[in-house]
Amino acid sequence: MKDTVDPYVTEDGRQIGGVLMEMKNITLRFGGVVAIKDISFDIREGEVRAIIGPNGAGKSSMLNVISGFYNPQEGEVFYKGEKRPPMRPYQVARLGIARTFQNIALFDGMSVLDNIMTGRLNHMKAGMWKQAIWKGAAEREETENREAVEKVIDFLEIQAIRKTPVGRLPYGLKKRVELARALAAEPSLLLLDEPMAGMNVEEKEDMSRFILDVNDEFGTTIALIEHDMGVVMDLSDRVVVMDYGKKIGDGTPDEVRNNQEVIDAYLGVSHD
Amino acid sequence: MPTEFLYGVEVVLNGLMAGVLYALVALGFVLIFKASGIFNYAQGVLALFAALTLVGIMEGQVPFAHLINAIFGTEIHHFGWHVPAVLAILLTAAVMVLLAWCVHNFVFRHLVGQEPIILFMATIGLAYFLEGVGDLMWGSDIKTLDVGLPQGASFWLEENTAFLGGEDFYGFFIDKLDMVATLVAALLVIALVLFSQYTKQGRAMRAVADDHQAALSVGISLNFIWVLVWSLAGFVALVAGIMWGAKSGVQFSLSLIALKALPVLMLGGFTSIPGAIVGGLIIGVGEKLFEFLIGAPYLGGATENWFAYVLALIFLVFRPQGLFGEKIIERV
Repeated sequence: MKDTVDPYVTEDGRQIGGVLMEMKNITLRFGGVVAIKDISFDIREGEVRAIIGPNGAGKSSMLNVISGFYNPQEGEVFYKGEKRPPMRPYQVARLGIARTFQNIALFDGMSVLDNIMTGRLNHMKAGMWKQAIWKGAAEREETENREAVEKVIDFLEIQAIRKTPVGRLPYGLKKRVELARALAAEPSLLLLDEPMAGMNVEEKEDMSRFILDVNDEFGTTIALIEHDMGVVMDLSDRVVVMDYGKKIGDGTPDEVRNNQEVIDAYLGVSHD
Repeated sequence: MPTEFLYGVEVVLNGLMAGVLYALVALGFVLIFKASGIFNYAQGVLALFAALTLVGIMEGQVPFAHLINAIFGTEIHHFGWHVPAVLAILLTAAVMVLLAWCVHNFVFRHLVGQEPIILFMATIGLAYFLEGVGDLMWGSDIKTLDVGLPQGASFWLEENTAFLGGEDFYGFFIDKLDMVATLVAALLVIALVLFSQYTKQGRAMRAVADDHQAALSVGISLNFIWVLVWSLAGFVALVAGIMWGAKSGVQFSLSLIALKALPVLMLGGFTSIPGAIVGGLIIGVGEKLFEFLIGAPYLGGATENWFAYVLALIFLVFRPQGLFGEKIIERV
């Protein structure tokens, strides 16, 4: 594990900066159940950070803490060097943290284009009345935002379905539209909750490529949860391993792979 | 042209105008239902409350006058001023926004995620509560609402269409107020559609209607949107209240027009703005034409009271999602 917070350049030439987000001693309880037990880790600018662990380890809970859907009972969250007070999810989104969901949360009744446009809502500054009478600034803004959205659509290769209502799309494409909506927000931190769950090999390869391209071309910091170990090892710069709500490993894919505790958690260990 | 046919045309025209007023009320229902999944039983009372408030402000009535007088032994009823109609309408709109904020923050905010039936019950409670508050605030006497809308038949239209028929035909009889209502409703619908399709808040509104979690994740404040939606419903109620109030006086039976909106919604679908319009028009024309062709000559009249509900029943059996409602598809 690299302890230094000095910027460095990865082997494939990507720039990794200072600490973007830091979780300090996070504990999250649901009644008597402790979902996350005293976990600390950081996410650095420009890196792909994976959170892995067996089912029920608390990975999604952790992502929900980062995105404000859950507020932890104990611990502190630092974002861009400042302590973040407890927030509602929409406030977190406005800070530039975009996310996707494990079970896809899209607006089924709206077209692909409209769905992705909702990702731009925080970039639209014209007030309601200006919007309502549709003049000058509002119009220019809509055009600018459309351009940004079209760029994302091109990037993710979903031009052909831009007018289709999302409800009619197959699963794999829905996942891609969800990623597009998150990207349209031009986030500083992109959270992906199992972006490849339920996909076939080909779709997984596509998605992996998109994630790497996003990180490479836009320099977007990405934190992702994934089950497929092969994918995680290929994609990520650093990995946090969770088990039963505790952190049992943290480091580069190679370090984690050789960590005895991690191996035990994944393969099971005999108690004799 | 045969006179009978021309009378038929006149019936259809009047039906269309009546339908517009039904559609106006139905529109308020659709707005709330789309954005929050709440079937707002209180929409009619909202219209009544808006009309009462408008009259009260215009006449310079002291709100809660009876209550104040009863407690303090005073004898105040009026401020002694009259507010011009346009200003009064703006003030009433502001009151409706305030009411929307209260309704959301005191009631529905605490019921987020509850079963639809519970939300529905809450709106029933809201309806009776609002009716009581309206009574307490402005008194229960029937009031006339005169915001300067033209009233009575259009003689111009009558004179200029009289030549179409023979000696028995005196031209189309159409109320000027109905024509204004049609125009206003058309403008309102266009404005609402433009708002929901092309503005940031409109898009956010549709997003919230579709998926709360996803809406939160792109930075939409649900509370803001819900207050906005209730405000819009209040605004539509205000327009409906003005039109109905000007037509038949502001009285508590105004809240019953909400019931007429039910068959309109069954026809048009609960989630479609165009559906509310077309549904309203079909009911309006249907009941007038049915009365004219079948009801009055063969059934002894007064079919307008039940025709809409029977039509809605037929729709429920054969096309439960309405004309424009979202298709009900069950994925297995």
